[in-house]
Amino acid sequence: MKSYVPNTEKDRLEMLADIGMEKMDDLFADIPADLKLSRPLDLPDPLSEAELRDLLHAFAVVNEEGGPLFRGAGAYRHYIPAVIPQLAMRSEFYTAYTPYQAEMSQGMLQSLFEYQTVICRLTGLDAANASVYDGATAAAEALLMLRDNKRKKKVLYSAGLNPDVIAVMKTYAHCAGLELVELPLNDKGVTDVSAVAPNMEGAAGVIAASPNYFGCIEPMAELAAAAHAANGLFVAYVNPITLGVLARPADYGADIAIGDGQPLGLPMAYGGPYVGFMAATKKLMRNLPGRIAGETRDAEGNRVFVLTLQAREQHIRREMASSNICSNQMLCAIMAAMYCCVMGPAGMREVGEQNVAKAHLLAKKLEKIEGISLRYPETPFFNEFVIDTPYAKEINEALADYSITGGLILKDGGMLWCATEMNGTDEFDFVCDIIQDTIDSMGGEE
Amino acid sequence: MVPNDRKYTRDHEWVMVEGNVARMGITAHAAEALGDIVYVELPQVGDETVMGESYCVVESVKASSSVFSAVTGTVVEVNEELDAAPEKLNEDAFKNFIAAVEFTEINEDELMDAEEYEKFCEEEA
Amino acid sequence: MRSEYKLIFERSHEGRRAYDLPPCDAPCAMSEIPEGLRASAPLALPELGEVDLVRHYTNLSRRNFGVDNGFYPLGSCTMKYNPKINEELATVFDEVHPLLDPEMSQGCLALMKEMEDMLCEICGMDAFTLQPAAGAHGELTGLMHIRAYHEHRGDTGRTTIIVPDAAHGTNPASAAMAGFKVKEIKSAPDGGVDLDALKEAVGPDTAGLMLTNPSTLGLFERNIKEIAKIVHEAGGLLYYDGANLNAIMGIVRPGDMGFDVMHINLHKTFSTPHGGGGPGSGPVGVKKHLIPFMPVPRIEENDDGLYYLDYDKPDSFGKIKSFYGNFGVIVKAYCYIRSLGAAGLKEASENAVLNANYIMNKLRGVYEIPHDRICMHECVVTPTEEMMKNEVHTSDIAKALIDRGYHPPTIYFPLIVHEAMMIEPTESEARETLDEFIEAMKGIAEQVKTDPAAIHAAPVTTPVGRPDEVTAARKPIVKYEG
Repeated sequence: MKSYVPNTEKDRLEMLADIGMEKMDDLFADIPADLKLSRPLDLPDPLSEAELRDLLHAFAVVNEEGGPLFRGAGAYRHYIPAVIPQLAMRSEFYTAYTPYQAEMSQGMLQSLFEYQTVICRLTGLDAANASVYDGATAAAEALLMLRDNKRKKKVLYSAGLNPDVIAVMKTYAHCAGLELVELPLNDKGVTDVSAVAPNMEGAAGVIAASPNYFGCIEPMAELAAAAHAANGLFVAYVNPITLGVLARPADYGADIAIGDGQPLGLPMAYGGPYVGFMAATKKLMRNLPGRIAGETRDAEGNRVFVLTLQAREQHIRREMASSNICSNQMLCAIMAAMYCCVMGPAGMREVGEQNVAKAHLLAKKLEKIEGISLRYPETPFFNEFVIDTPYAKEINEALADYSITGGLILKDGGMLWCATEMNGTDEFDFVCDIIQDTIDSMGGEE
Repeated sequence: MVPNDRKYTRDHEWVMVEGNVARMGITAHAAEALGDIVYVELPQVGDETVMGESYCVVESVKASSSVFSAVTGTVVEVNEELDAAPEKLNEDAFKNFIAAVEFTEINEDELMDAEEYEKFCEEEA
Repeated sequence: MRSEYKLIFERSHEGRRAYDLPPCDAPCAMSEIPEGLRASAPLALPELGEVDLVRHYTNLSRRNFGVDNGFYPLGSCTMKYNPKINEELATVFDEVHPLLDPEMSQGCLALMKEMEDMLCEICGMDAFTLQPAAGAHGELTGLMHIRAYHEHRGDTGRTTIIVPDAAHGTNPASAAMAGFKVKEIKSAPDGGVDLDALKEAVGPDTAGLMLTNPSTLGLFERNIKEIAKIVHEAGGLLYYDGANLNAIMGIVRPGDMGFDVMHINLHKTFSTPHGGGGPGSGPVGVKKHLIPFMPVPRIEENDDGLYYLDYDKPDSFGKIKSFYGNFGVIVKAYCYIRSLGAAGLKEASENAVLNANYIMNKLRGVYEIPHDRICMHECVVTPTEEMMKNEVHTSDIAKALIDRGYHPPTIYFPLIVHEAMMIEPTESEARETLDEFIEAMKGIAEQVKTDPAAIHAAPVTTPVGRPDEVTAARKPIVKYEG
């Protein structure tokens, strides 16, 4: 049995004697006897480190993952430079708590300040918080920002947001008594801008994603203008890895930019931990939830970083706080910042260009196959796109035989495909051949 | 110390009535108790205030404190200077009002004059 | 030696690069995207060589302090040792996409299902969801169960959550976020729930009571059965804030105490690292009557023994996070439980409580102990009257501890104790470490008498001195402007 308790039996007895007790049980005298557990917990027998390692690897084997992946929909396989996990494993970082004692936490606080700066530079906005749990909760928190800033209890959202994001927004909105109104997509796969104005009565703002769930790049400038025309705010939900090549939220007038930082150097890890980033204009800075690092000086004039604007937060405002968040995804945030700093301006552009190139090549090749059509052929996209085919299920089954994970089958029967810099073009031909064979073998059965 | 040109509440706010408009702020005693004030969350012109309810929040580094309205009415003016310079409340809380409210309801009996307020502070301590 | 440290942006040198991407043999397709939708300028990110970037972060890490650096008795945060094997094994799943078909992710699903079952056993609850990403997120999720329960019964008048004044700030904040009104009740003189105040507070508007047990003072709530009875008889539900679960594993279970819903902080009790403030994980456990309202998806097993994700739960209040939770964190906590087993978990709790009582006992007479009775896994002490007369406050003692190589305890919490210092040693610490810390605390108490100025000057061993927090908040600078 593994134990991380260093005190020996002798130590314990001496320590007990020191406090005037005889046995461990005496320490729990305050607990009513009839409540105490009278049996050992019924848990699996403890494992040695070697057995544990075998067990976890056995779980991993059952997963059968590892082959080419053409699936995104909110979690993406990008190249993670080796320096990132190694630096994140500096235990001065990962075994630390929240940097409340600034003098001994400058490493984390400065890293956080740098992260906030990176997010501001990606989005073009003035201020970023220390991060929230993920993109979906960032969207939920953004709803509350809109409510608090505009003091209105209605928000319009694009049907192009990721369904998980919409689901989480709905859960939070129900509790907050907020009305959510969905803006439909048009036949180009993007939000119907003309639906904004008629719905803005009493609304605090609009939230839309670009690229949206179906991969389409949205007319964000028009959406922002429509929200502003009705005195509303505009929230842009963006995939940060697009921002080396696509217009930035501030460029098209977003007041708040949010999203999930997973594409920036974080492993897919079956859905988490990721990091939700949030940035806003200066005017909205104080509406940002949770922690924020700031710069100040010590008595000698040295630059020092601290957690600041804390009187907005739950530990001080309690039920008056705008959010209950009491942590951030610090380590993930720092990994995302490291990623952007490894990549630099040229790397961020190149990774964006590679994604665009790979996804467009794949789309072209798939489109050539009879029985497959691109759903939104005229709409620009980044690294994801939807195809329609009657053979979606069969295609994915055939690909799975080769350990290839095909596009995600959507509720409406379409397939959402994704290609990143991690997909070699040689894979595309192989995949297309398998698909062609599959469709051929299905021929006439339709 | 405590100016006698105005009235005071038990929550350490001052109120100066001119016609149907009440100018309101916090007392020096309140400002001192809060310490260095770093932010004043001002109401907006047009906001409704309710007697005895919070209409503003004042923050120090480690605390936040609601400021309660002495009157029921509508905010007609706010002291925007406090937005950029919240420290003015520490420098002279009586010279710097927070908001002016055109009121429909006030309970003068509940308010103290300067002498009564000074005595109230002493008793509280 | 005091020293500033350059920002990574201040190290940028045009043309340097640390990145390297796979070769791209697909033709450039940027022309497929209209110019108006494209970036108009390169991102203003730093340009560094790899070695400079590595040194930047390595040196930043040296300006930080974690559990691996030294004793970290931060009350309420359970800064126990973070086992290395768990870090290693969590990476096994790095390449698993969350939307794989269930046949391809049986390993992840099986692990999560087993984790849920183990947490049920440890806590005496009937079902767990692993979806919440942190303790506060767990609180919100737990309260959503309470809300959904009352709503489902048509009992819509239950709009108030009762919270003791000793509670963590997240409790009232979570209640407000879940759409409840908050009623705060004063604690009894012994730090526990004041039963008369509670009886006074409950009524037809009571949705529930949030309670931490052991309390935030580190004391076991002896009246817990009576409290549960009062709340339940009034029609409310009982919420257990699991922040202090490390005191009671294998000894007493929240479910047996009468709690209906609870959260756990895997990053406290179950040894996953705090990561400097996250990622954490805040699973929520419920009793049978709350199961229908749990967030989707639920992990279910079909007739063929295959696990699948079930979204078809009509009474569920929805989703509270993308995908299924902070899976990587869940794996580490799973490893911890599997390493220790039942006896190991109990041993951990017993020693956490022993260590806290040992410290409290040794500090008696040197510092004040406002609630002097057997403590659980943490104790609250305060400076003596004499120290305060010398103008030495809790924050000064904290800074003096930094110079002696310790992370300070939690300070100024709980709010109901003036000048509180909350010390939580955890089971990870050896007796010698505790003895050295106790000597340091005594040394500070002595120095307050002989040289209070030195205490006020602390810390002197850190790279920077006490920050000017007032200016930071008045004129916020939250990003690099260079």
